Amino acid sequence: MEKFTTHTGVGVPLRRSNVDTDQIIPAVYLKRVTRTGFEDALFAAWRGDPSFVLNQEAYSAGSVLVAGPDFGTGSSREHAVWALKDYGFRVVLSSRFADIFRGNSGKQGLLAGVVAQEDIEILWKVLETRPGTEVTVDLEARTATADDVTVPFQIDDYTRWRLMEGLDDIGLTLQHADDIAAFEETRASWRPKTLPAKHWPTETVEPARAVG
Amino acid sequence: MAGTLAEKVWEAHLVRRGTGGEPDLLYIDLHLVHEVTSPQAFEGLRLAGRPVRRPDLTIATEDHNTPTLDIDRPIADETSRTQIDTLRANAREFGIRLHSLGDADQGIVHQVGPQLGLTMPGLTVVCGDSHTSTHGAFGGLAFGIGTSEVEHVLATQTLPLQPFKTMAITVNGALPPGTTSKDIILAVIAKIGTGGGQGYVLEYRGEAIRKLSMEARMTICNMSIEAGARAGMIAPDETTFEYLKGRPHAPEGADWDAAVEYWKTLRSDDDAEFDAEVVLEAADLEPFVTWGTNPGQGLPISASVPVPADIADESERVAAERSLEYMGLEPGTPLRDVKVDTVFIGSCTNGRIEDLRSVAKVVQGRRKADDVRVLVVPASARVRLQAEAEGLDVIFKDFGAEWRNAGCSMCLGMNPDQLAPGERSASTSNRNFEGRQGKGGRTHLVSPLVAAATAIRGTLSSVADLDLAEDVDLTTFDGSPLDGVGAPPITETVVDLPMPVPAGAR
Repeated sequence: MEKFTTHTGVGVPLRRSNVDTDQIIPAVYLKRVTRTGFEDALFAAWRGDPSFVLNQEAYSAGSVLVAGPDFGTGSSREHAVWALKDYGFRVVLSSRFADIFRGNSGKQGLLAGVVAQEDIEILWKVLETRPGTEVTVDLEARTATADDVTVPFQIDDYTRWRLMEGLDDIGLTLQHADDIAAFEETRASWRPKTLPAKHWPTETVEPARAVG
Repeated sequence: MAGTLAEKVWEAHLVRRGTGGEPDLLYIDLHLVHEVTSPQAFEGLRLAGRPVRRPDLTIATEDHNTPTLDIDRPIADETSRTQIDTLRANAREFGIRLHSLGDADQGIVHQVGPQLGLTMPGLTVVCGDSHTSTHGAFGGLAFGIGTSEVEHVLATQTLPLQPFKTMAITVNGALPPGTTSKDIILAVIAKIGTGGGQGYVLEYRGEAIRKLSMEARMTICNMSIEAGARAGMIAPDETTFEYLKGRPHAPEGADWDAAVEYWKTLRSDDDAEFDAEVVLEAADLEPFVTWGTNPGQGLPISASVPVPADIADESERVAAERSLEYMGLEPGTPLRDVKVDTVFIGSCTNGRIEDLRSVAKVVQGRRKADDVRVLVVPASARVRLQAEAEGLDVIFKDFGAEWRNAGCSMCLGMNPDQLAPGERSASTSNRNFEGRQGKGGRTHLVSPLVAAATAIRGTLSSVADLDLAEDVDLTTFDGSPLDGVGAPPITETVVDLPMPVPAGAR
């Protein structure tokens, strides 16, 4: 994972609240089996609308999304983070994120910074008054700066440390493989195992057919 | 120290306590896998040369993409077929048990776990699907995870997690006839909002919850995520034990006794402190329906479509205006006058046997409204077999409904079961987001009873709008165990499944 210290890129004001993951990437795009190439799927339902912010030239190369509250609600699909990253976003700022989305972001190197709604409004004003304005996001200082405006953002210490070190989650956990093995020794025998498989006798499932 | 149910389960799975802002490392008892959120996780393992640590705590099924017609023929949609083929190849390669389309144990992942007796009290259960909260109905900590967490659990059988806050949701009293657990949860979400549960594990308690069957409890916990919560839980009791006993993977003999003894300790202590509490009176509830494009935009069915101009809060007003425009609804229209095109009965929220039984009770001997399409999609192949054994399929067909094979189906329209642009549905599923059931589709979330009444009348309706015979009892659905369609009790392990021989199973 790439290390994140500071990032500077065009800020994109997304004046919508409750942007759920179905809006970020509709379910139809979830059928892919690869990890990259989701840039075309980002905000797919809105990309056909010429007035949509990413369709305006000044914002089209944006990499810092400044969104309304409750960003990333709904389904747990990590594709939402991939789509944002594949499009080129490195940072999303909002006054409130859905838990799963925020967790997914940290794991993929997308910075999800929590900014007070009044500061979001100030950033929106700057970015809308001067389209194409760059925002500098300083993870060390936990600030976002657009022109002469600097606002603080919140991110938990652990996620910040991991982003700054570019550390892979699984590798970190496997440093504690002995603890895991020790825990497994104490696991009660009533706790379930999927193998060997047990199930009721197999029965034939008749295929349903279209009616009429 | 007194603890909540959630805290007790958390503590029992602590592999390593985090220090200095580092998260706790929790052991995962059961990992459910499906075709949509797993391919990139397996790809990640392969790229890093990592095995699956515990194939014997992992189970996979095909559900999101599977067709509900012609399941014996090749899947027409190429990308759906690719995802399913990829899951099959990954299951073979990594030694994961898989229930494929056509197998009697195939179905929606959140039905498969409970049905096989793998979902139990006191577990940690995860799946790359937000509706994993369903399994919390058994008194475990169950939550949805993203694909990189799927990879993490496959590789380590653990997850680094920050502690959640706890919220008690107490539902007092008894539900009025014609209302269900779906109405409880829609009312809860309307009350606390789609972000109201954010950061919390919700524990549902109170007399009304205790009276619910196991399946009705699953419906409530299932939709916890729609209030923004990470998980929902209900303390286990006799209803839970009764449901579990005798299922294929339920503990047996001394293990059963030890388990039940432990499970009985899984309740929030009387003096446990919650970070927040919400109280509802069940007697005040009516059947709930949603009018907007998030699950919090719900109202009792006797209400009318809201008038945005009357909403004081500006962001709520703007959201309501946007929702109504998308939904094609006139402010002030009585909800009962809203005409629907499609009724969808199914999903991990309300596609279980008792849901189908309740619908059958209402529609038996009737015909659906002429221009309404009615889809009945059981949550799993076993549910379908059970319904057929009870003759419910005949009731549905005589009613004019389409009786389909199992899967997620129109809940999210990843298979061919979709709404056309502008088409309006009454749906027993869990999300009314824009475009979820098909591009331009308009969704009203409802209970199975409201779905049944709506299918009969063609407009959003409750069973109170029907001249139901007085002896039709709609107050109790017992959640009788899915009994394996008359199968004999389990005496031995059956291994004749189309699944891989686990290389690393222990």
